[in-house]
Amino acid sequence: MNINATFLGQMIAMAFFVWFCAKYVWPPFVGIMEERKKRIADGLEAASRAQKDLESAQARSEEQLKDAKADAAAIIDQANKRAAQIVDEAKEQAREEGQRIISGANAEIEQEVNRAKEALRSQVSAIAIAGAEKILEGSIDEAANEEMLNKLATEL
Amino acid sequence: MADASHAAAELTVQEYITHHLSFLTFGRIDGHWGFAHTPEEAAEMGFWAINVDTFGWSLFLGAGFLWFFYRVGKNASIDNPSGIQNFVEYVVEFVDARVSESFKYKNELIGPLCLTLLFWILLMNTMDLVPVDLLTSFGFEKLASVVFNFEHAPFKIVPTTDPNITMGMSTLVFFMIIYYSIKNKGLGGFLGELAFHPFGKWMLPFNLIIEVPTLLAKPISLGLRLFGNLYAGELLFLLIAAMLGAWQLPAHFVWAVFHLLVIPLQAFVFMMLTIVYLNAAHEKPHH
Repeated sequence: MNINATFLGQMIAMAFFVWFCAKYVWPPFVGIMEERKKRIADGLEAASRAQKDLESAQARSEEQLKDAKADAAAIIDQANKRAAQIVDEAKEQAREEGQRIISGANAEIEQEVNRAKEALRSQVSAIAIAGAEKILEGSIDEAANEEMLNKLATEL
Repeated sequence: MADASHAAAELTVQEYITHHLSFLTFGRIDGHWGFAHTPEEAAEMGFWAINVDTFGWSLFLGAGFLWFFYRVGKNASIDNPSGIQNFVEYVVEFVDARVSESFKYKNELIGPLCLTLLFWILLMNTMDLVPVDLLTSFGFEKLASVVFNFEHAPFKIVPTTDPNITMGMSTLVFFMIIYYSIKNKGLGGFLGELAFHPFGKWMLPFNLIIEVPTLLAKPISLGLRLFGNLYAGELLFLLIAAMLGAWQLPAHFVWAVFHLLVIPLQAFVFMMLTIVYLNAAHEKPHH
């Protein structure tokens, strides 16, 4: 159990092995573990970013929904008002139309009456003349004629 | 033991254990290069000899797992990781988490260093669970007797029961401590910490007596803790094998269950202490 050159050999071997390990064995594994750590960190970051995006998108969509509801309400309100207005206008027009028809009819009736009166007046004179002819043909009873003519005149 | 051509059954318990505690040492003996046939021969070889068995297993396990991790890393995918990639990623992430918990400075080398130490030591310790004679007596000894004409060759398969291996690693960590201390604190800062630290500059010799052994104790305790724990475990396995012979497997299993805790724990402790020591080496002086 004496110390011999194995001691030196082991030192040289160990120095070589450590060098080999440091140059060819250690770096790939450390690199892979670093890379994997980085990927996991990136993944987590992306997930949190997506979460944030989702939240903001939800907020935006809620806002848009609220705006749309308000717009729709305004449109409906306006439409209701417009409808009421249209109904009112239609009523007004109908009333005017009716009035006009009524007044037209009245004017026609009056015209008709006047025409009838005119026709009657012209016929009265003819009847009077015919009556006078009849009276003149028969016995002229002045008193009687007189009475009859008066009667006629009052009837007109 | 010089004519070590006995069959394993003829060995006494002590001989069996001694045999299993000796290394397959290759070095210069009696003017020629060759394997040491006895521990005494291995000692005679002096410093310029190498424990082929433990060092070989150490290289094999280290290169094997690094090559495996390298292949997995090369074919790794971000989106569709295979099961094996998940496993390696888990190990890397575990090491990275321990480093970032305990190491407060920026140094790209600490992670790979700790990954290498943790997994390599874990694998080397796990060799302790292989039944003692499975690769040794039934495998390698036969091979050595045929190929090298070396009867009854020792063959240790647990690299962390070799103090050369554990001290080699802890000494490299020690060099890194010194390098980073000087790099971050400057030579003056590093020496100042040793000379002026607990009691101010008027107690300089006393400070040195405290601080220098503290510094030197770091690699020694680091290496010997790992060695001691695994050596003790191995020794118990050997005792079980030596005393129970063919009946070793149930007892081996029971001790393995206990030892199962020590194996990852010692790898983890080695890595954690390395992190703590190197973190201290990066600390700037407070004043």
